[in-house]
Amino acid sequence: MPINATQKITLKLVVVAIGMFVFAVFLMPPLYDVFCELTGIGGKTKGQFEGTTAAVDVEREIKIQFVATNNGAMPWEFSPLQYQVRVHPGEKTAVEFYAKNPTSRDMVAQAIPNITPNNAAEFFHKTECFCFDKQVLKAGEEANMGLVFIVDPELPASVTTITLSYTLFDVTEATEAAVATTN
Amino acid sequence: MAHGPAKGIGRWLFATNHKDIGTMYLWFSFAMFLLGGTFAMIIRAELFAPGMQLVKPEFFNQMTTMHGLVMVFGAIMPSFVGLANWMIPLQIGAPDMALPRMNNLSFWILPFGFALLASTLFMEGGAPNFGWTFYAPLSTTYAPDTVNFFIFGVHIIGASSIMGSINIIATVLNLRAPGMTMMKLPLFVWTWLITAFLLVAVMPVLAGVVTMMLMDINFGTSFFDAAGGGDPVLFQHIFWFFGHPEVYIIILPAFGVVSAIIPTFSRKPLFGYSSMVYATSAIAFLSFIVWAHHMFTTGMPIAGELYFMYATMLIAVPTGVKVFNWITTMFRGSLSFETPMLFAIAFVILFTFGGFTGLMLAVAPADIQYHDSYFVVGHFHYVMVAGAVFSMTAGIYYWLPKWCGKMYDETMGKLQFWIAFIGFNIAFIPQHFLGLAGMPRRYADYALQFSDWNMVSSIGAFMYGAAQLLFLYNVIRTIVAGEPTSEEKTWEGAEGLEWTLPTPAPFHTFSTPPEVK
Repeated sequence: MPINATQKITLKLVVVAIGMFVFAVFLMPPLYDVFCELTGIGGKTKGQFEGTTAAVDVEREIKIQFVATNNGAMPWEFSPLQYQVRVHPGEKTAVEFYAKNPTSRDMVAQAIPNITPNNAAEFFHKTECFCFDKQVLKAGEEANMGLVFIVDPELPASVTTITLSYTLFDVTEATEAAVATTN
Repeated sequence: MAHGPAKGIGRWLFATNHKDIGTMYLWFSFAMFLLGGTFAMIIRAELFAPGMQLVKPEFFNQMTTMHGLVMVFGAIMPSFVGLANWMIPLQIGAPDMALPRMNNLSFWILPFGFALLASTLFMEGGAPNFGWTFYAPLSTTYAPDTVNFFIFGVHIIGASSIMGSINIIATVLNLRAPGMTMMKLPLFVWTWLITAFLLVAVMPVLAGVVTMMLMDINFGTSFFDAAGGGDPVLFQHIFWFFGHPEVYIIILPAFGVVSAIIPTFSRKPLFGYSSMVYATSAIAFLSFIVWAHHMFTTGMPIAGELYFMYATMLIAVPTGVKVFNWITTMFRGSLSFETPMLFAIAFVILFTFGGFTGLMLAVAPADIQYHDSYFVVGHFHYVMVAGAVFSMTAGIYYWLPKWCGKMYDETMGKLQFWIAFIGFNIAFIPQHFLGLAGMPRRYADYALQFSDWNMVSSIGAFMYGAAQLLFLYNVIRTIVAGEPTSEEKTWEGAEGLEWTLPTPAPFHTFSTPPEVK
């Protein structure tokens, strides 16, 4: 069937429209994630830190603040044992968070960290963190959860305070579903 | 072979004639304009005095949301599509639109889209209440169940817009009369061509973002839910990637209308035609790269804020070109002030005012103060109402005699203009003061110190609303009992192919293409 000029332009425009829909739904979300990861926007921290940093810089003192939040209807009691510490860059520091499952069922939780300001995220190294694993607490059980971190001496001079926030998510159902599939 | 329109309701249901479809678009959008206007009157009546008087806060939220959605998608956009249907074939010497059956479909799905949207008002849980920008998670996790009706409504409206735009592009590119080169196109056709490209590019993005909401709400995905690894800020990025070009989709055809009217009543050709074309294209391009200036308070890095701030300010350059061209067209012209010209001049003045407050909002550090305040409400009503709606009103008065072969009542038109102009400014200038003083938008109540200006603003809004009823009456009176006119050129200074046709424009025009020299 010969195609006339109107059909040709219509076809092209329909393809453009479908392409833009695909772009919005399937490309924008992953591109956004990659962009945030590359630029560090969003304050996401990296995984476990294995390297070593230079000597302790006793000239500088950085204030580290801790925030603990429950997501949505998460019923756990969740708080840092110390709300604030002062550290020198390069110094290894250990702190603890407290969590209690006050419900009558066994639950699994996952803590998601976030750093403010964003540009401090890549200079905040965690050598041990409860957020690397899921936390399992039986009904009524409580626990202290550890975090060991080093602030990199390369931290930009403009940063004097770093806020580390943990949001605790209830992943009980998702974990059970995963276990059920593996069995 | 001349044959007239079909008889009875079939003429409208199965319409493929561009004039009939244009007429239906215009009446439909006017009905939506009155519906959205009713919502606005409820909002302003509640805000007339502090405290809760008329409606519940939940219902107030539904009113602000529905007012925005109905006005943007139901009133302004379809009205310009209607104008495009009527005028583009007449202005380029085409016998009809390129895809007449699709034209019928794109109009007739619209009432169903808005029926879905408006039906939520009568459902349990009420209409959408999350603002016309429907930010996640307000529109996902915390939305009323009726949000699904909203989503499918937006899908239908979006499909209609995309089909309408494809039709306009195909018409302008393929059906121009011999000799009608691109750089001879009337500016209304040019602005609509560019608008149509914007629509084809961004309406699918809107469809995409509501689809993602649909998935998040009903099918367990987590595009915008942080608990599942998503990000609500992503919603804002995708929404405004649609939303900012949308602003220009609304205003560019308005530029086109004003560019037709001002030369007519200045009795001079438009100053700087080609610069107008290039400025329009530049605005369209820039509209794609400035979206995050709506998001300065989301915690963007400083480099991002600076980029979006400067890129946004850059839009003032091509827009300034247009404003200066309109002024220069009037300069030393032989001016007369019929109703369309009054609305067009008011458009230039008030749109420029709205542009300046837009520049103020573009300044990132200042925007953090103005964000989500009544200053923003005042700003965008200056560009949407005094911009798009004034220009639309001007266009209707300008071409109405050509459409129906009857003259409107000039005195009533001028009366409507002055009530609308004064009422509009009384309604919206105080909103800037309120915003600067710290009154946030979208609340059903406010602190006592905002009482006086809110009362003034409400009085202005009622005036502006009354002017629209006068407009409706004047248009109906013209059609029913207007003074017949058969002059080809209703306005002595008018130029263009549409004024070479008999008045009223016959059902079929340009069956043999005109020769353009």
